Amino acid sequence: MIRSLLALSVIALLAVALALAIGSVTISPSELWAVIQDQGSVLHQTLVWDLRLPRTLAAFATGGLLAVAGALMQVLLRNPLADPYVLGLSGGAAVGALLAMLGGMGALIISGSAFAGAMLATLLVFGLAHGTGSWTASRLLLTGVVVAAGWGAVITLMLALTPSYKLPGMLYWLMGDVSYARTPWPALVVLALAVVVIMPLARNLNVLARGSMQAAALGVSVRPLEWTIYLLASLLTATAVTTAGSIGFVGLIVPHMLRLVLGNDQRIILPASALAGGTLLVLADTLARTVIAPEQLPVGVITALLGVPTFLYLLHRSR
Amino acid sequence: MSTLHTRDLIINVPNRADGFALNMSIESGQVWGVLGPNGAGKTTLLHTLAGLLPARSGQVILNDSALTDLKRRDIARQLGLVFQERQDSFPATVLETAMIGRHPWLSPWESEKNEDLQRAQQALAAMDVDHLSDRLLSTLSGGERQRVAIATLMTQNPDIWLLDEPTNHLDLHHQVKVMSLLKDQAALNKTVFMCLHDLNLAARWCSHVLLLYTNGDACWGPANAMLKPSALEQLYNQKLITVEVDGAPVFVPVCSSSSS
Repeated sequence: MIRSLLALSVIALLAVALALAIGSVTISPSELWAVIQDQGSVLHQTLVWDLRLPRTLAAFATGGLLAVAGALMQVLLRNPLADPYVLGLSGGAAVGALLAMLGGMGALIISGSAFAGAMLATLLVFGLAHGTGSWTASRLLLTGVVVAAGWGAVITLMLALTPSYKLPGMLYWLMGDVSYARTPWPALVVLALAVVVIMPLARNLNVLARGSMQAAALGVSVRPLEWTIYLLASLLTATAVTTAGSIGFVGLIVPHMLRLVLGNDQRIILPASALAGGTLLVLADTLARTVIAPEQLPVGVITALLGVPTFLYLLHRSR
Repeated sequence: MSTLHTRDLIINVPNRADGFALNMSIESGQVWGVLGPNGAGKTTLLHTLAGLLPARSGQVILNDSALTDLKRRDIARQLGLVFQERQDSFPATVLETAMIGRHPWLSPWESEKNEDLQRAQQALAAMDVDHLSDRLLSTLSGGERQRVAIATLMTQNPDIWLLDEPTNHLDLHHQVKVMSLLKDQAALNKTVFMCLHDLNLAARWCSHVLLLYTNGDACWGPANAMLKPSALEQLYNQKLITVEVDGAPVFVPVCSSSSS
């Protein structure tokens, strides 16, 4: 377990180094090393410390948040297809954030509003999909997709009503783009805290994955645990969305790949999701800003191009 | 050694009159079989005895405490349940599934030790599913999954074993294997209480029987006193022929139009 997490940490560090080195100006490994030791040219210093590092860390935090949120929701719903974006959580968070922005609120209120939006979206989807009995995969997905489409329409409506000079700053909620991230630190802190909070609960999650009745029979207090996961997943999604807009499918791809390699123990999957999700988004964002340079793609495009086939494959296999 | 008592227990079967209150004393060393037609409330009773469903009235008492006064974790150390319907779709391997049986015995920060792993492996071997350890649960047959569920309960190793149709999906060989395993556990002073559909399994393996009627009536007692053809014919609304094989009665339904 420790070994796989160490390996993932090394890969994550390499990905961050790569993201720092690649761009309009390529920085060689020795030059990068010099910059890290506070030497090197002023241009390189500015590029690394002021431009590339904040963006890279924001990408890492966002990816980690989304992957952990996805892994948590998959256990909560006993369904490997659950993902904050597919189920409309990201959409709800984006609507909340946009509303606060339209009202001219500050960053803290925007985050709080995004959190409320994510919670509302989760409640809507779970409530509607639950009906009588348990969550069936098809019902849940249909509800999620329809609710997500509804959020999309609300976002479009709000954008249509917004004066055009305000638009560029708001559009990224729709596309998912790390370049607008102001500071990576709140997201990183939330990610780190979330992993610390989850770890003692992780074995409970292994039991919960076998169904709520089975979990209760094995001594788990199911209701409080489900609420904790639900709140945590909403908080993680909201933080990710306020950092970088709605980026899809990270929460789907990452836990799925990890389960194939590392097994199904949540004590490994959850911290591994934080590392691998971060790595994936750092790499995707590096690709997004270099593949058609000097133009930049929103990173959400890359994750969707990876995520849609993964989703379809999982759906196909689950039949 | 644990005992389970019910005090004036009425289980909550929706849209049914209260029926007969249960005052049973389920002692260690006994093997109980619950018989009754579909919808008589066998599963509801089992879930109520495990504290997973509230009773309509009355109490379930585990040793000296009412189940409602105990923490779930403390209950799980003394009482375990094999469900009839399980959610096996979320990915987990057979070994990972059996290992969750150790959950009530470990503190939040503790991880499974070698001893826990050995318990799980022994349980899987006893149920002939050890060769499937690394397979995903969703790729197994119904009978194999049933055996994994029983192995999970063995890994949990509670004093009181509740089982909902433990022989579901099982071939004849494994039906016998499971029933003799349960009998062995009772001989080790465990308590076994299970719902059964097969009268003949109950007649062969159970020391005590509870007959549960659709209208909420119930009667219980030692198996040989309860398994009377007249009572069983009334229970299932089905004529039976009784023969004796190996010293145990065998009940065969009469297949003719006169049976109704």
